[in-house]
Amino acid sequence: MIVLADSLTLVERKLLQLRHQPGTLVAMLVMPAVMVVLFGYVFGSAIQVPGGGNYREYLMPGLFVMTSMFALSSAMVDVAADQSRGVTDRLRSMPTSRMAVPFGQTGADAVTGLFGLVILLACGLAIGWRVHDGLGRAVAAVGVLLLFRYTMSWVGTYLGLLLPSEQTADSLSPLTLPLSMLSNAFVPTDGMPAWLRAICEWNPISAAVAACRKLFGNPGVPAADGSWPLTHPLTATLLWAAVLLVVFVPLSVRRFARAGL
Amino acid sequence: MDSPIVSAQGLRKRFGEFEALAGLDLAVPPGTVYGLLGPNGAGKSTAVRILSTLTRPTAGRATVAGFDVREHPGKVREAIGLAGQHAAMDEKLTGRENLRVFGKLARLGRRGARRRADELLERFELTEAADRQVSTYSGGMRRRIDLIASLLRAPSVLFLDEPTTGLDPRSRLEIWAIVRELVAAGATVLLTTQYLEEADQLASAVAVIDRGQVIAEGTPAQLKARIGSHIDVEVGSEDDLAEAGAILERMTGGQPRAEDLRIVTGVHGTAPSVPQIVRELDAAGVAIQDVGVRRPSLDDVFLTLTGRPAEAPAEQRTDEQPKQREKQEAAA
Ligand SMILES: Nc1ncnc2c1ncn2[C@@H]1O[C@H](COP(=O)(O)OP(=O)(O)OP(=O)(O)O)[C@@H](O)[C@H]1O
Ligand SMILES: [Mg+2]
Repeated sequence: MIVLADSLTLVERKLLQLRHQPGTLVAMLVMPAVMVVLFGYVFGSAIQVPGGGNYREYLMPGLFVMTSMFALSSAMVDVAADQSRGVTDRLRSMPTSRMAVPFGQTGADAVTGLFGLVILLACGLAIGWRVHDGLGRAVAAVGVLLLFRYTMSWVGTYLGLLLPSEQTADSLSPLTLPLSMLSNAFVPTDGMPAWLRAICEWNPISAAVAACRKLFGNPGVPAADGSWPLTHPLTATLLWAAVLLVVFVPLSVRRFARAGL
Repeated sequence: MDSPIVSAQGLRKRFGEFEALAGLDLAVPPGTVYGLLGPNGAGKSTAVRILSTLTRPTAGRATVAGFDVREHPGKVREAIGLAGQHAAMDEKLTGRENLRVFGKLARLGRRGARRRADELLERFELTEAADRQVSTYSGGMRRRIDLIASLLRAPSVLFLDEPTTGLDPRSRLEIWAIVRELVAAGATVLLTTQYLEEADQLASAVAVIDRGQVIAEGTPAQLKARIGSHIDVEVGSEDDLAEAGAILERMTGGQPRAEDLRIVTGVHGTAPSVPQIVRELDAAGVAIQDVGVRRPSLDDVFLTLTGRPAEAPAEQRTDEQPKQREKQEAAA
């Protein structure tokens, strides 16, 4: 109960922040459109989808996962900022449940993340991306995306607690971009050198992207003789999420409760 | 004396090889302002962090409001407020929004948090700035809103870590006024400071900390009494030096030293008042240019106790000295 109430308060805090930063809000609306145009039309004109199909339909699940991946950097920056500004210490000196704060922060991110995802889905629909296998599987895909995002924001929370300052977090956060690129999100992995292909296919991002393609019925589902995470994308994504959450939730909660000891 | 509301016995804190606290003992009586005074790195913040349950001591025992900080940190947190060394606010939110968010997280409830935020903003005269983002606040306003945020739960013990460092004299006076008001309302305040004058102005008892230990404790007056004061007399001509010196020696029992036309006499115990000195010298026909009794600053205390000057921050040192001089011009 307390955790839930605090989560809502922290969601409110996040929304209040956005209200004071119309620029960020505009960026939240415009960025997806820019990415869709950039990747869909600029890169898309040169990339062949294996097994045929529209590149923009192939691309959208990649963009969904990539934006979910941004939760890692935004959680990392927010947590590092709170910590270096003393906000974390203030919360830790109050009778707030120490567990509630990291749960609240990641919960707040899930709410804003859902909002961002809705915008991106709308952008996708506008350029011809479609859901092919029914609403039920589409809702499942959104669930997978939110789970993936939630997992990433826990990873980011832990990293943010480890960092000494907001600046460090700021300068590390662009690294999530190459991390998302090392996957099947934008280009098929078939043509890559074997070692790179192995890295890309075992990247949890690839499993999540493949799971979304499968559930939305989008092109680019890999052949049956591919590597295990890509042929069992849903199981692989859920396993990845479970493993990462089991590792990073207790680590973050412990670190938050004991930071500075 | 009432039993202490904050107490520490033999607190130690190690960071790797480095011992930040080396057996700290404190006893703060309820309803007072207690000053922890020490130079950079003395261990003031570490002590505050242990007492406010942010850090665990390596050894030793501490209780706050009757609860052991190690065994019942939750109970301690319900009784305290903390304003750390840096203003801990969400810069993107307004002052009022910050207070509401923290108020809700402090279990005041939605309505309670709103009411308390408005009430505190009103009481501490921050209403005009309340609806601006904290990132636009001046240093003094930041400090004030931060202090207010530590009052959301009406704490019985308040920890203030260097509440006025880096503030201009006017903002410092405002913070001092708030502290005095809180104590008048029954709270206990433990504050750390590098400003010797601040402890002098606010605290009813002071612990001087150096290298993680209390090296002296007492009221500011007691500490000063250990050092004594100085009488400064400037005479009109050299002919008067000997005569004035003899009179001062007789009045104080000290050893007057002359430098040009100035005579400085160190006094232990209570110094004679300026009018007394003027009367005596005048009666003997000595022409006086200037008479002053300089009470020792806590700077002098620090120097005497450690053999080193306090390393107070440079920016505000210059304007501290004149205030500590009690001067009176006397025409010849
Ligand atoms: N987390 C930490 N890890 C390692 N050393 C630390 C840590 N925190 C404090 N110290 C060291 O402990 C000593 C005491 O630090 P503390 O912050 O308590 O001093 P302070 O009296 O508050 O000084 P200041 O006036 O600069 O705030 C310093 O030498 C500091 O470097
Ligand atoms: Mg300090």
